[in-house]
This record gives sequence, structure tokens and C-alpha cells, in this order.
Amino acid sequence: MAVELETACGQCRLRPFSCELALLSRPDGSATFLQGDTSVLAGLYGPAEAKVSKELPDRAALEVLLRPKVGLPGVLERSREQLLRQTCEAVILGVLHPRTAISLVLQVLSDAGSLLSCCLNAACMALLDAGLPLTTLFCGVTCALQPDGTILLDPTARQEQEARATLTFAIASREKKVLMATTKGSCSVEEMQQCLATAQRAADTIFQFYRDSVRRRYSKS
Amino acid sequence: MKATPLSNCERRFLLRAVQEKKRLDGRQCYDYRNIRVSFGADRGCCIVELGRTRVLAQVSCELVPPKPSRPTEGVLFFNLELSPMAAPGLEPGRQSELLVSLNRLLERCLRDSKCIDTESLCVVAGEKVWQIRLDMHLLNHDGNITDAASIAGIVALCHFRRPDVSVQGEEVTVYTPEERDPVPLSIHHMPICVSFAFFHQGTFLLVDPTEREERVMDGLLVIAMNKHDEICTIQSSGVVMLLQDQILRCSKITAVKVAEITELIQKALENDQKARKEGGKFGFAESIPNQRITAFRMESAAVDTNDVEEQAGEIIAKADPPSEVFANPVLHTPGTAQIGEGIESSWGDLEESEKEEAAEEEGESEAAAFECEKVETEDTSTQVGVGVFFIDEPIVLSDSEEEEVVILEPQELPRKTRTQTSSKQENPSKKAFNKRRRKKRTSR
Repeated sequence: MAVELETACGQCRLRPFSCELALLSRPDGSATFLQGDTSVLAGLYGPAEAKVSKELPDRAALEVLLRPKVGLPGVLERSREQLLRQTCEAVILGVLHPRTAISLVLQVLSDAGSLLSCCLNAACMALLDAGLPLTTLFCGVTCALQPDGTILLDPTARQEQEARATLTFAIASREKKVLMATTKGSCSVEEMQQCLATAQRAADTIFQFYRDSVRRRYSKS
Repeated sequence: MKATPLSNCERRFLLRAVQEKKRLDGRQCYDYRNIRVSFGADRGCCIVELGRTRVLAQVSCELVPPKPSRPTEGVLFFNLELSPMAAPGLEPGRQSELLVSLNRLLERCLRDSKCIDTESLCVVAGEKVWQIRLDMHLLNHDGNITDAASIAGIVALCHFRRPDVSVQGEEVTVYTPEERDPVPLSIHHMPICVSFAFFHQGTFLLVDPTEREERVMDGLLVIAMNKHDEICTIQSSGVVMLLQDQILRCSKITAVKVAEITELIQKALENDQKARKEGGKFGFAESIPNQRITAFRMESAAVDTNDVEEQAGEIIAKADPPSEVFANPVLHTPGTAQIGEGIESSWGDLEESEKEEAAEEEGESEAAAFECEKVETEDTSTQVGVGVFFIDEPIVLSDSEEEEVVILEPQELPRKTRTQTSSKQENPSKKAFNKRRRKKRTSR
């Protein structure tokens, strides 16, 4: 299960990851991504015919829906949908499919901390599974700043609650650039840069995970 | 997304196949697809896969005041949602007939059958009772949502544990899971729905129809039964008229199927209970079959963060310092403040700015290969006052050469300057504008 070590001599740990691709038969691409006990299922349709009111003349129109497990989607889900949409729009080559619609639906299966980064990872794997043209891959990493200043990667729900600040970054695979950054809580500029650098290191591991899982998927074709 | 329509040849093929007692996936007429139940790490969370139809169910509880007509009973709330990822035709937020009928059927199956003891959910009569909420999400639609959802619902209810409560006189103590073990719900029996699809005016029937079969069926009969052979709900829909002996036959088939499914559910619940008690691994991570080529797992990985502080320090040292922010708020009256002054309205300078605009646009449009006529501003005659809030350039709707575009401009109206304030300010200078006639230009 989850093995967490306090940062000692600069070692952070990510929880055990798993993912399953192409598990749903109806969507064009689907993936479930698990980080420890947090799991998100992403289903993607597209590029498909768009409604006339929603189509864009020169690019694909991307729609992201995030559904919580219990209750109706609220403001928190809407803001996360916007963050995901902006990240995906930066990465998807929408100009290759004008006047189409790409619809990404995410369902929270369980939330045990680092939900937004799990959503980002699930979204990227669904995009890979659907075979959409992307400029770069992206991954999500959450860092929690504890009150004493230590940085924890991929925090659990309890660690997020006790943290002074929680930062989530979307890191692109090309040159580890930052696609999206969102924070909750307060931290100094130096701490934010340190968290960002830590997230970029963690992104290496996550991208290697993507490569291995896709390699396994296509190993017998 | 748009739903893909069913082609006529598919329809004919399916109907012919049913006539010859063949199904697309090779099942017999009375066979169910494989049912797989997996549990999440949270209590009351499960995913049921009926073939490729997948439903997620989650049970949660809350203390609420009871309904006035039933002060000693708990409240049950059921909700099935068709997630937009389940099928291309499902739009978010649209209350379709299918959704309403599914919800109603599941409510009747679970609530009206009294499978959950609501009296045991009462904490303080008339004041506090438990509200048990069951949320179900359809994740993939491959037919027979009813059965999958009913199995998911009852499994989640059996799996769920509510916090333990003790009442001492007037005091009610709700214990957290750490203080006292949560308590299971009191469930009398497990009603399970079984669906029958009828074809060719009731001549042929199939148990557990897939999505394709559902599209071409004439009618649907749903029987909810528990393992004690008690019918909890029965519903017939569609354009099929059934004979009495057909319904009796279906109920006998249902009894057999429900017995099998109930056994499967019991086994799954026992396995999960055992895993939790023995401290083994449980949750969705463990239920991913890792022999599959589409599934991949990575153990906990360490990330090297040795030079992070130096790297961060370098970035900050090299970065440009942040620009100065001049924020001098001016307080006009209590509750009205202004920061900044914004840009002055340039409606009076439209003639000049338009000439500049035309020049700019020509520059741009040469690059974009658009045709653009030079704008001629003529002298005016009358003055009219109307407010228009955007002026970039008038949108020309037709190609007629005879049309004239007339811009009506405001006169002596208080203009609202765009400032970053929370108050409205009157612009001290008010200019009267001229009515201008413009030659139509083919632009854009």
C-alpha cells in the first residue's frame, strides 16, 4: 500500500501507481489511474462531430467534465475542470481537427489525496489511449509543504490537511516546462520554486511509468 | 457527442439472429454475462461489471431531521447518473426518459421492497435520523443498466458501515471510526433485478440484453426478486403484450438467476471482509487484474531531491525582479474606492483613430490577403444620441453595394469610463458626437 517516508536527506516518495488502459468499450479512449488509494477514471470521445453552437472554425473544441463520487458537481469541480481544460488545450493539436468536439469525462473513483494530479495523469493516459495528436505529454504532481518547511510529494488526504500549502503542477514532458500551477495555502517564492523543482524531478518517474505502460500495451501487436 | 444511429442492416441482422436463437456474443438465451464485483478502499464503494456494462456505487450517510410524516424512520436517497462517458449520446445534465425510468425502477426495487430497515436508522425520534444516500454512476453502457445498477446498489449497501451512535438521555455521541468500529446497515434481504428482452411480438425472449439487443427489442420485462423467491418489483414496458404463462416462466428463470447472483455477491463480500480483517491489501488497486496487457503497476518510487534547494535558489537569482505595483487607492465616500484611472474613452477621437485603424488594417490585411477599402468619413448632418458599447468596426452582414452603414453615436450621455473600481464614475468631459456615414467596406 502507501509507503511514505519523511523527507530525510532529500528523499521523497511517490505512492504506488497503477493504470489500466482501454478498459471501457464505448469511449474512444479510456484510462484509469491510481495513485495509492486515489483513483480516477477518464473517458474520452473525439474528435467527433460538434454541435453547431459549440464548434470552433479553426480548431477542435475541448470539453472537460469532472464528476465527483457523491453529490452534484459544484464550484470546486468546475474550477478543476477549467484547469484541466487549459492544460489539455495547450497540449492537444486542435488545429488538425477543426470544427470537431473532443469530450473528456473524468469520474472520481476514490479520493485519498492528490486528486487533481491524479486527474491530470488519467487525462493524459486517456489522450494517449485515444490516439489524439499531442505536442507533448503532461503529468500532474502534487506537493505538500509541511509547517516545518519539508516538502512531501503525492500527499495523502491527511497530509494535505496538515500541510501549510498544497501545490499542484502540470509538467510537460518536453524540457519539463510548467503547463499549469495551482496552489492552496500560502508559501514563499523560494518554497514554491523548490516545490516546482521537486515536481520536475518526480515528473521523470511518472513519464517513465507512462512509457512502460504504453510499451506493455503495445508489446504484442 | 452525437449518438451513433443503428443501421437497418444491423437491425435486420440482430432480429434474424434472435429468430435463430443466436446471440452476437455466443451466449444462450437464458445466459447472463460475467459479473465481476470489486470494492474500493472506502466503505460502501464498489464497481460492478456486467459484461462490459460498468456501474460505480457509493453509499454515504449523514444525520438529518426526519420527515415529519415518519419521525422514527431514517431517510433513504437513491440516485443513478448516466455519466457522459458511458455512451456517446449521453449529455450532461439532461433529464432523459431513460434516466427517469431507471431511477424510478431502482427506487421501487430498493425502497419499496423494504430491504433496508429504516427503523434502525433512527437516533433521536423526531429530531435526528440517519440519511443513507446511494449514488450510482454508469461508467460504460453495454446494455442492461438496470441489473448492473441493482447489483451495485445492494452490494454497496451491504458493504457500507455507518458510524456507531450512542444515546444517553439527551446526549447523542457519534463515534469516529477510530473510536468505535462502524456498524453495518440492517438489511433484510437482497432484491436483484433481472431483465428480459422480448422480440418478434413476444415470441422470443433474451435474458440480460446487450446494448445492441436493447435497441431492437420490442419490450422489456424487469422482475426484481430476492433469494427467498419473493418478487419485489415487476415492470413491463415497451410494445409487447405478454401472456400469463410467459410471465410465470420468466419469474422461474429469475429465481434461478437471482440465487446464482446472490451467491456471487456473498462470496465477493466475504473475500473483501477477509482481506480487510487480515490486514491484506484491498481497494481498486488490488482488483486490477495485472495479468492484463492493458494494466500496469509500479511500486512506490523514490524521487531524488538532493539539489532542489540550490536549483530553486539559482532560478530565483536569475529571474527578473517583479514589476512594481502602484496601488494607491482613493477613497471617495465610505464604501466607494478607486484604484487607477483606466483609459479615457476615445469615442470623440473615432475619426482619427479610424484612419489609423484603416491603415493598420491594410497592413494586416495584405498579409492575410483580404480586400479592404479605405474608409471615408464624410461630414455629418444630424446628431443623434444612442449608446453603443463596442466600437471596433461595424459588422457588415451583406454584400450589397447599395447599403449604407450608419453609426449612431451618443450625445450628452454620461459615459462610464472603464476603471478598476467598484463605483461608477461620471466622466467629466461629455462630447456630442456626430452621426457618420460610412461607405460599406468588404473587410475581415
